[in-house]
Amino acid sequence: MRRRAAFILLAIVAGAAQAGDTVTVAVASNFRSTATLIANRFGDETGHAVQLSAGSTGKLYAQIVHGAPFAVFLAADAARPALLEQAGRAVPGSRFTYATGSLVIFSTRVQDCLAALRDPGAGFVALGNPATSPYGAAAQQYLEGAGMWDLVSERAVYGENITQAWQFAVTGNAVIGFAARAQLRAWPHQPSCVYEVPTSAHDPLEQQAVLLDGASEAARAFLEFLRSAEARELVEQDGYEMPE
Amino acid sequence: MNLYGPLWLSMQLAFVTTVVLIGLGTPLAWWLSRTETRWKPVMQAIVAMPIVLPPTVLGFYLLILLGPEGAIGSWWVTLTGNALTFSFTGLVIASTVYSLPFAVQPLQNAFESLPRQTLERAWTLGASPLDAFFSVAVPLAKRGFVSAAVLSFAHTLGEFGVVLMVGGNIPGKTRVVSIAIYDHVEMLDYSSAHQLSLVLLAFAFLALLAMFAVNHRWSRG
Repeated sequence: MRRRAAFILLAIVAGAAQAGDTVTVAVASNFRSTATLIANRFGDETGHAVQLSAGSTGKLYAQIVHGAPFAVFLAADAARPALLEQAGRAVPGSRFTYATGSLVIFSTRVQDCLAALRDPGAGFVALGNPATSPYGAAAQQYLEGAGMWDLVSERAVYGENITQAWQFAVTGNAVIGFAARAQLRAWPHQPSCVYEVPTSAHDPLEQQAVLLDGASEAARAFLEFLRSAEARELVEQDGYEMPE
Repeated sequence: MNLYGPLWLSMQLAFVTTVVLIGLGTPLAWWLSRTETRWKPVMQAIVAMPIVLPPTVLGFYLLILLGPEGAIGSWWVTLTGNALTFSFTGLVIASTVYSLPFAVQPLQNAFESLPRQTLERAWTLGASPLDAFFSVAVPLAKRGFVSAAVLSFAHTLGEFGVVLMVGGNIPGKTRVVSIAIYDHVEMLDYSSAHQLSLVLLAFAFLALLAMFAVNHRWSRG
């Protein structure tokens, strides 16, 4: 029943949109799997196809600035969508937070994540590059707040984005990895330990969406769908917090 | 972030890799140029693979092989106590694999075009095979050596995907220039990206120019 209601609502919202359009979406790599679920659901209900291109937020931003033909940008932060809005590349007022991420510490090699994090001899610690990855920056803030940054940065290795930091830890090359909780949810295996970093220990990992210039009605419908209860449920299931 | 630090690191990596590649590539290319075994095409295919494989494939396998639980990495850990991934040594190994064809192929071509009688004459004059190799083959194949060295160096300097996978972006240790440029672009610091990119652009042109100029002069005798 709820699904039907959502569908009718969507049909009204989609209004003039012609069935069968293709929506091109640039998506931050940490959100790719969730976005795929949402895109499939959206496709089933509207007949529009969604084409996802995943990458790091900074790279996708640079591509959009230089004319990449995307209609929707699902970033891993709030800064890049805001910059696009300022630069006149985005539709004013279309920007909103579609998910708030959570940071976890995990390992595939040790039983006590925090002990291994503190132990200078335990091995490499993998995180996203704080300069380019929002999750990496959050990890640094947490470590600084806990007084461990100096100790940990000595043996830190940096992934180009959160997915690569994840790779370093999953392959056992790093003993500890900082990851998005959503990544851990999507992983079919069990880590040997997990510690959920309190969200108060870093700036909120707000992931914002924005409609880009020249977007079609189908693209607008996709963003509307992302706001729907149905999509929010999928986002939550994958380990993200939802904004009120 | 120190702007030119990564450039210097890349130069060091490219230099060490080139030395290793000339050392390993010379006997390999010599063997390939002389052998009559039916396995020769197989060996040639293996050597040439890094040209066609995406660097991410090489990087992915190296990340697993060189890791503390990998076949080579675990052996290295028992030997030295350190991991190979995320280290300069690891990058040298990765770069050697990545640039191998760029050293072996010019050398092999040069050795194959040596006139057979020249070497035989040296042997009949009583030179040992090794002596004949260094005093006859090497000078005659000097163009091959220049090409191999320049291409190995330049190719390693431009390496990105492999280092991204096994390097870990550690400042001063594994943050090479291509990664630094990538970071600058991601951070929207386009002016730093431009500065480093221009240096690389100029270097690539000058290195290739030098190689072609030398080859051109030598080919005219």
